[in-house]
Amino acid sequence: MKRAPDFRLPSGPDTFLSLADLRGKPVILAFYPADWSPVCGDQLALYNEVLPEFEKHGAQLVGISVDGPWCHAAYSKSRNLRFPLLSDFEPKGEVARRYGVYNAASGTTERALFVLDADGMIRWRYVSDPAVNPGADGILEALESLQQPGAVHEPA
Amino acid sequence: MSRRETRAHLTVPVGPRDHTSGSENAPLTLVEYGDFQCPHCRNAYPIVKKVQQQLGARLRFVFREFPLTQIHPEAEHAAEAAEAAGAQGAFWQMHDRLFERQFALDDDSLVQYATDLGLDGDRLRGELDAGTYRAKVREDFMSGVKSGVNGTPTFFINGVRYDGSYDLASLLEAVSAAVS
Repeated sequence: MKRAPDFRLPSGPDTFLSLADLRGKPVILAFYPADWSPVCGDQLALYNEVLPEFEKHGAQLVGISVDGPWCHAAYSKSRNLRFPLLSDFEPKGEVARRYGVYNAASGTTERALFVLDADGMIRWRYVSDPAVNPGADGILEALESLQQPGAVHEPA
Repeated sequence: MSRRETRAHLTVPVGPRDHTSGSENAPLTLVEYGDFQCPHCRNAYPIVKKVQQQLGARLRFVFREFPLTQIHPEAEHAAEAAEAAGAQGAFWQMHDRLFERQFALDDDSLVQYATDLGLDGDRLRGELDAGTYRAKVREDFMSGVKSGVNGTPTFFINGVRYDGSYDLASLLEAVSAAVS
């Protein structure tokens, strides 16, 4: 297990969110390449729909891409998203780089998922083919395994 | 870094709670997780029909509810209306009607479709108001989530998620190939 690198990113035009603010509950980090692209829309729409299941585990979901806060605000509103989108915008992709999921060729983050436990340790991670929506089953399995005392869900 | 190589599998096997079209003994089973307000599912609807026609008795088709209610505000009631019609023995008729009239899925239209199909429209309206089938729709939805459904429509061919295109040639080939 590895401690998740801390970060502080804009969660809106005038607001910020730090990973440290979320300590004490499981956190799902969903890095995705871009707002508005159709696959992302599906993925975030799915997570929006599954949110009550994540919340049953006390988990907080955040989406992260290199899009700016105004872009996120418009996108989030259009899709009625009920979880924060963070802007890894300046310096571009720095947080994604710290997590090892920045794709310099495309200038975007990979499509990558991390599940952190309440202490901020990375308990599961998964990088999807950028064109394939990874679904929510892996996240739910990881959250379930967090609740088994002593269980360590090491990434392969 | 983990990359899952294996394709997702259907975690809840087809059973008595499902709406099925075709023989239980058919060698091929195509399961769709769909949303009646989803334009992609609407596009897939006539294609699935053609696959059913071409494969005939070799294919069993199953439809499970996967309404994306945050982007499709009428999808939940449409799904519940299909279930309600199913309780009156007309799931597939309602399934077809909802896709054919996707442009009108408000409650009054749903009740009208039930009446048009010769069903008890008042009963259907009462069941929509009471949320009689909400739990069943949610069960379908969660079985999809746990099986790796990642959008709509998502198809499973003999229990394995199909990630290819659902144009007629591709889908027909993929379903036929599952025989062996």
